[in-house]
Amino acid sequence: MIVANKGKIKTMAENLSESGAGRSLWKDARMRFIQNKAATISLFILLSIVLFSFIGPYFAVWSYEQIDWNAMGSAARVGMPSIESGHYFGTDDLGRDLYSRVIQGTQISLMVGVLGATVAVIVGTLYGATSGYLGGKTDQIMMRIVDILMSIPYMFVLILLLVVFGRSIGMLFIGIGLLSWLDMSRIVRGQTLNLKNKEFIEAARVTGVSDFKIITRHIVPNLLGIVAVYATLLVPGIILAESFISFLGLGVQEPSTSWGALIKEGAGTISYDTEWQLLFPLAFFVVSLFCFYFIGDGLRDALDPKER
Amino acid sequence: MSLIDVKNLKVEFETADGIVSAVNNVNFSMDEGKILAIVGESGSGKSQTVFGMTGLLDHNGSATGSVKFEGEEILNLSNQKLNQIRAEKIAMIFQDPMTSLNPYVRVSKQMTEVLIHHQGVSKSDALKQSISMLDAVRIPDASNRIRMYPHEFSGGMRQRVMIAMSLLCRPKLLIADEPTTALDVTVQAQIMKLLADLQKDFGMSIILITHDLGVVAGSSDDMLVMYGGEIMEIGKTENIYASPTHPYTQGLMSAVPRLDDSEERLVTIPGNPPNMMKAPEGCPFAPRCKYSIDKCNSESPILVKASNDDHFRACHVSKEKIL
Amino acid sequence: MNNQPILEVKNLKVNFDVSSEGDMPWTKAKKLQAVNDISFSLNAGETLGVVGESGCGKSTLARAIVKMVPAEAGEVIWLGNDLLGLSHSETRPYRKQIQMIFQDPLASLNPRMNIGEIIAEPLRTHYPKTPEADVQARVIDVMNKVGLLDNLMNRYPHEFSGGQCQRIGIARALILKPKLIICDEPVSALDVSIQAQVVNLLMDLQEEMELALIFIAHDLSVVKHISTKIMVLYLGNMVELAKSDDIYKSPSHPYTQALISAVPIPDPNVEKNKDLILIEGDLPSPINPPSGCVFRTRCQKAQEVCALEKPEFKGIAQDHSVACHFHD
Repeated sequence: MIVANKGKIKTMAENLSESGAGRSLWKDARMRFIQNKAATISLFILLSIVLFSFIGPYFAVWSYEQIDWNAMGSAARVGMPSIESGHYFGTDDLGRDLYSRVIQGTQISLMVGVLGATVAVIVGTLYGATSGYLGGKTDQIMMRIVDILMSIPYMFVLILLLVVFGRSIGMLFIGIGLLSWLDMSRIVRGQTLNLKNKEFIEAARVTGVSDFKIITRHIVPNLLGIVAVYATLLVPGIILAESFISFLGLGVQEPSTSWGALIKEGAGTISYDTEWQLLFPLAFFVVSLFCFYFIGDGLRDALDPKER
Repeated sequence: MSLIDVKNLKVEFETADGIVSAVNNVNFSMDEGKILAIVGESGSGKSQTVFGMTGLLDHNGSATGSVKFEGEEILNLSNQKLNQIRAEKIAMIFQDPMTSLNPYVRVSKQMTEVLIHHQGVSKSDALKQSISMLDAVRIPDASNRIRMYPHEFSGGMRQRVMIAMSLLCRPKLLIADEPTTALDVTVQAQIMKLLADLQKDFGMSIILITHDLGVVAGSSDDMLVMYGGEIMEIGKTENIYASPTHPYTQGLMSAVPRLDDSEERLVTIPGNPPNMMKAPEGCPFAPRCKYSIDKCNSESPILVKASNDDHFRACHVSKEKIL
Repeated sequence: MNNQPILEVKNLKVNFDVSSEGDMPWTKAKKLQAVNDISFSLNAGETLGVVGESGCGKSTLARAIVKMVPAEAGEVIWLGNDLLGLSHSETRPYRKQIQMIFQDPLASLNPRMNIGEIIAEPLRTHYPKTPEADVQARVIDVMNKVGLLDNLMNRYPHEFSGGQCQRIGIARALILKPKLIICDEPVSALDVSIQAQVVNLLMDLQEEMELALIFIAHDLSVVKHISTKIMVLYLGNMVELAKSDDIYKSPSHPYTQALISAVPIPDPNVEKNKDLILIEGDLPSPINPPSGCVFRTRCQKAQEVCALEKPEFKGIAQDHSVACHFHD
C-alpha cells in the first residue's frame, strides 16, 4: 500500500545520502511521483482493479457463461443487481452474470492493453534507438518505412484483417501490435538524436567505447524515462482500440468478452431499464483509463529532468 | 537625493524543498549619472536583487524591504504601475538577447510597439525614432536592417538592438544583467564602450551586473560585492581594487588571472559556493574564509565604514588583520 | 627524454557540407571551411593554448584531432603514426593516450551512472580483464589525485557542483595515464573562484605526470596563465603562434593586437588608460570567406594585396610565427 508520508520519505532520503549510497535519479523520480497525489491515488485504484480481477472470481456465484434461466429474457424485472441472487452486478439479456462477465472483460482488456503496449515498447524502442543512433541513410530509410506504415488507415486494415482471418485474440494482437509501435519508435528516435549530441556520449566515443556499449550503457538507460511515460499512455490507447473493435462486433469471440463488448451490449439495451448492464462495464473502463492517464502524467512530471 | 535607495531588501522563494533565501538584508544607494557594478558569483543573489527591485521575480518569489526610486517607493507596486516605470524610468537588458526578443516579429515592430504603447506616438514617428536609435547604437544600415528578424542579427548586433529598444523611452536607469557574458571578448569591448558613450550622451545611470572583474574595472564608478545573498563590500571601484578590505573581495581578486601578470599559481578560495537552501547563520562566507572567528558563524555582520565615506564592508574581523 | 614532439598536426583541413534555406534537394551543398590548413607541434609536458572567438574553429580542431569529425586533408601524427590514415579499430588503442575534458561539466557525465562507474569506464573499456578490486583501487587513487573523497564514489553527477563535476571529468581522463589531454573550454562554465581551483589542479597534474595539454578557451587571461605557447585562430585559419609571454608582450598580427587590447584587466587604472583597439564589423560567413587574408574585411591595415594574396604563415622570430603581410 502506498501511503504518502512526506516527512518520513524526506528523512529516508537524507539518510541515504549520508550513507554514501548516492541519490540516483530514479530515487528522486520515485519521491516526486509519490508526492503527486492524483498519480499515487490512480496507481492505488488501478492496482485495486487488477487485484479485483484476480480475486473477484472467488466471490462469484455464477461463472461468466452460465445462463440463469430465471433472468433470461426478463432481465429488466429479475436481473437487477442484488446480493441474494448472486448477481452482484445484475445480469445481461441472456441471463449471464454481469459480475463475472465484468471480471472477464477486465482481465481481457487489461491483458490486451498491457501486452500490446509491452510489444510496442520493445519493438519501438529497439527500432527507434538503432535508427537514431546510426543516423544517415539508414535512419532515413527506417523512418520512411515508419511514415508509410503510419499513413495506412489503421482501423480499416484492422477490420479487414479480422474479417478475412477470423476473429480471435491472436488476430487482435497482431493487428494492434502491427501499428502501435510506430509512435514509440518515432519518440525514441527523437530522444536518441537528442542524446547523441550530449557531451557524455562524446566523452564515451573519445574514450573508445564501442557503439554497442554506448547504446546499451549510455543511451537506453536515459531513454527509459520517456519510454515509461509513453508506455503508460499507450495502454489506454490500445484498450480503446480494442474496445472500439469489440463495439463494432469484431473483437473477442463469445463467450469471452471485453469491456468494449460489454459496453456494446449494455448500450444496446439502455432503453429497457437495464442501466446496470451499461454502467458497470463503463465505470470500470472509464476509471481505468483515467488512472492510466493520471499515472502517465505523474510519471512525466516525476521524470522531468528540469529538476536538478 | 539619490536616484535609488535600497533598504533591508530581502528576497525569498517558496520551493517544494522549503524556503530559499536568495537575498538578505541588502542596503545601498546610487547617485544619478553613475555606473554601479554588482559583482558576485553564481548564487550570490546579484540578479535576484534587481529582479526583486523591479518586480520581476518568479511567481514563487517575494521581496520585502524598501526600494525608493527618485524618492518614491517602488517595491511591490501593482503590475500596472510597475509596467509604466519599467519602460519609461527603468530599463533592463539581459544576458541572452535571443530570449528577450520575439523571434517571430520583425525588429521594427518590436521597437515601434514600445514607443506607440508608452508614448502614444504615431507609427511613422515611432519608426523614425527607432531607426535613429539603431544608428545611435551603431548598427550599420539601420533603416534597412530594422525590418529584419532577430535571428538574422549576430550576437553582438542583437545585444545592440536590445540596448536600443531599452533606450527608446529615455529611461533614467538602465539595468544590464550580464550583458556581455555570452559574447566574444572583442564584441564585449565594443558593447562596453557603447554603453559608456551612451551613458554620457543620454545622461543615464547604469547598474551593471557581472561576474567579470575586468569588466567592472573598466566600466564602473562604484561597485558592490555580493556573496550568498548579502553585500560583502561596497565602495568606489578604484578604492576597492587598490585595497580590498573584505576577505572575499581579496580572495576574488587573487583568484582572477591577469593578462599582464605572470604569477605561477592562482590563489584559490577553497570550498564551494553556498547552498542557498540553508539560510546561513552568521556570515555566508565564513565556511570558506581563512580569517573567520567564532562570531562569524553565529552573527551576520552589518556594513560598517571601511575607510572613507563611501567605502563599507561587512566583516567582523578588523580591516588591519586582513590587509 | 627525447625532444621529439609527441603530436604533430600538419595542414589539417576540416569542411562541413551545409545547405542554405531555399535550396532544392538536388543543389550541391556548400562547403563550410571550419578548419583551414592548421599546423603545429606539441612536446611532452607542454601546453598549447588555442584562442579565438566564435566560429574560429577551435572546437572543430579538437574534435578533428581525436577523429570525432572527419578531416578533409592533412595529418595528425601522434608518436610517429598518422592517426588520420588509420581505420576506426586501428585508432582505438591510441585513445588510451589521448583524452578529453569538456565545457559543460555536468553534461559530460552520464546522469544514470554513479561517478565510480563513470571514472572506471575507460579502464573497463580498454582493460576489461582487470579484477574488480584493482579497478576500485585505481578509481580511488585517481579520485584522490583530483581532490575528491573516496566515499563519494556511489553518488550521482547531479549531486555535485560544477567544479566537482569537472574534477570527475578530469579523473575519468586521467585513469588511463594518458600523454595528452585536450581541454575544450574546461573552465568557461565555472565561477571565478572555482576556475582557479581547476586551473591549478591541471597545472599540478601536468607537472606530476608530464602531461601535454591542448587548452582551448576564449578567456585569454586563463589561457595565458596555463599555456607554454598560444595559437590564435580566426575563421578557421591560424593567425599567430608564439610563446605565451610573447603573444602578450609583442603581438604581431592586427587581430591578436585587437584581441589582447579587448581583454579587460582587473585594474581600474590600467583599464582607464588603455589604448583600446576596436574591430568593427561582423564576422564574415565561413561559407564564403573573404579572398586572400580572411581578416582583411575588419583590419585597419588592410591594403589591396591582402585581397589578392593569402599571407603565408611564417616565422618572424624565435618560436613566433604570423600570417600577415603587414605584421609588426
